[in-house]
Amino acid sequence: MNWINNYVRPKINSLFSRREMPENLWTKCDACGTMLFHRELSDNLNVCTSCGHHMGIRPRDRFLTLFDGGIFTEVPVPTPLTDPLGFRDQKKYPDRMRAAQKGTGEKEAMLVAEGEIGRTPVVCAAQDFSFMGGSMGMYVGNAIIAAAQRAVERRRPLILFSAAGGARMQEGILSLMQMPRSTVAIQMLKEAGLPYIVVLTHPTTGGVTASYAMLGDVQIAEPGALICFAGPRVIEQTIREKLPEGFQRAEYLLEHGMLDRVTPRTKLREELLTIVRMLMGLPPAVIADLPPPASFSQGPAEPEAEDTENAAPPRRPAPPDAEPPEAGAKG
Amino acid sequence: MNYLEFEKPLAEIEGKAEELRAMARANPEMDIEQEATALDRKAATMLQELYKSLTPWRKCQVARHPDRPHCKDYIEALFTEYTPLAGDRNFAEDNAVMGGLARLDDQPVVVIGHEKGFDTKTRLERNFGMARPEGYRKAVRLMDMADRFGLPVITLVDTPGAYPGKGAEERGQAEAIARATEKCLQIGVPLLSVIIGEGGSGGAVAFATANRVAMLEHSVYSVISPEGCASILWKDAEKMREAAEALRLTAQDLLKLGVIDRIIAEPMGGAQRGRDQTIEAVGRNLRVMLKETTGKDRAALITERRRKFLDMGSRGLAA
Repeated sequence: MNWINNYVRPKINSLFSRREMPENLWTKCDACGTMLFHRELSDNLNVCTSCGHHMGIRPRDRFLTLFDGGIFTEVPVPTPLTDPLGFRDQKKYPDRMRAAQKGTGEKEAMLVAEGEIGRTPVVCAAQDFSFMGGSMGMYVGNAIIAAAQRAVERRRPLILFSAAGGARMQEGILSLMQMPRSTVAIQMLKEAGLPYIVVLTHPTTGGVTASYAMLGDVQIAEPGALICFAGPRVIEQTIREKLPEGFQRAEYLLEHGMLDRVTPRTKLREELLTIVRMLMGLPPAVIADLPPPASFSQGPAEPEAEDTENAAPPRRPAPPDAEPPEAGAKG
Repeated sequence: MNYLEFEKPLAEIEGKAEELRAMARANPEMDIEQEATALDRKAATMLQELYKSLTPWRKCQVARHPDRPHCKDYIEALFTEYTPLAGDRNFAEDNAVMGGLARLDDQPVVVIGHEKGFDTKTRLERNFGMARPEGYRKAVRLMDMADRFGLPVITLVDTPGAYPGKGAEERGQAEAIARATEKCLQIGVPLLSVIIGEGGSGGAVAFATANRVAMLEHSVYSVISPEGCASILWKDAEKMREAAEALRLTAQDLLKLGVIDRIIAEPMGGAQRGRDQTIEAVGRNLRVMLKETTGKDRAALITERRRKFLDMGSRGLAA
């Protein structure tokens, strides 16, 4: 009896009560340490209500608050070869993939969707940093190509939210080849005369920055986002120079002429709408007339069923370092 | 002759043969020729054994061999009237990137390539072949010019990668690479690329997004250096052998993957043991590739190039 009372019961209790633990209800801000209630945080798009620090946001959550009424349709992305190189480091690549899929509830590191923002039809693509560091492999390349093709077909602008540690090393040279591949996709858009807006979010580094993330007609970044080719650690190790405060952050890049704007996430929707409508030659949007964007804490709005096979992802906001870029991406 | 680590046993034998011959030169009555020839033969067999099946990591070492012919050597030997053109018209001239007008046989072309330097002084000048943003922007400028005047572009790739420096980042290294790749995809003239040593990551792609990509037999082309990959995925930079293996960065694997179009054979023992032969072989292959692409119209060249990259990844290597 003692054994059951002292060991088994606490174990069972701990297993069951864990779900009720406030870890899902409260999130600590990475920057200021304030404990934020989950609803408050998600209503503010994972931006700390106390210090304005931008935490990571999953593509699905972003789309729910970006598209009118949280309604969007996923654009199908052709599935590439799995594990083209037979890559194995300490783990096999397919095992890492499965773990990432299980952990995120997503198929891969980019989500493409179409829908309306302020009654303006757009195609959006968002990279998922919590999926193997958002790393760019063949799937991400295919996703960008699919997004560009859909935008060209429907004559819609493309808005891309980047977030990645870089190329996916487990796909070797084929991940590197996504730099030219995604560039071809962007050229198709430009030749069709359609706007391509990039929103750089924390972090955007490596081959991603050195290809589609830097080729936008308009380049916007979220505050504080790390944006670079070579990461600060690599630079410090190589040149043994002390790097200045805020080096490679969005504001620093803005100052150095590499960005058009740095815009808080909570203002992005309106800004994107304004810019896209001007570039598309449409009259000004009547903001007041629109239904309020859904909050993703209310649960997912049902996207049209045909393309969404995956269960709703965990609603918990993923902190930016949930999966370090090291897991799959080069810095 | 600089010997690589795995060539040490070979160095010993070749050293002994050399020693014997030196002794014989000092004492003319000594007859060592038979012994020396035996050593030569032994060395030749060993060289063949070593190079018959180089591991990927050894290939990396060969690709970085300081005695391999570099961009400058190819330009001097294969082209005439080379006229370097400098600067990005914005900030600086980048000595890591050579570029200018030249003739291959009679055909005027634009030639661009990474130059690593051959001794300490020139290596520092050339920044070890690591371009800064200005290098890519100069390349863009030269490609634009080639496009306007209908000149084929030839790029010679040999870089450890982009330069991880503070200034390079501040001046938009990522954007510069992205624009160079974009430019490669836009020009309506033949773009031919040869990876002559190291094809390091974005710095290589920026020049090698070409209609035809050739690689020297023992050159490598990779998304990240084996050392970098090892320190990230194995958390141990010493695992570079494993990383080199896993990354599939050899010319042979890349041909199977459809990422490159041809392999240019190197002399026995690598390009460093037959520099002239290697340069000649590259010249021959450049002429073939030029012939294959000359006469096509702008649209065809652009479409073909884009198609090629869009189709990449349909072939895997997994056993």
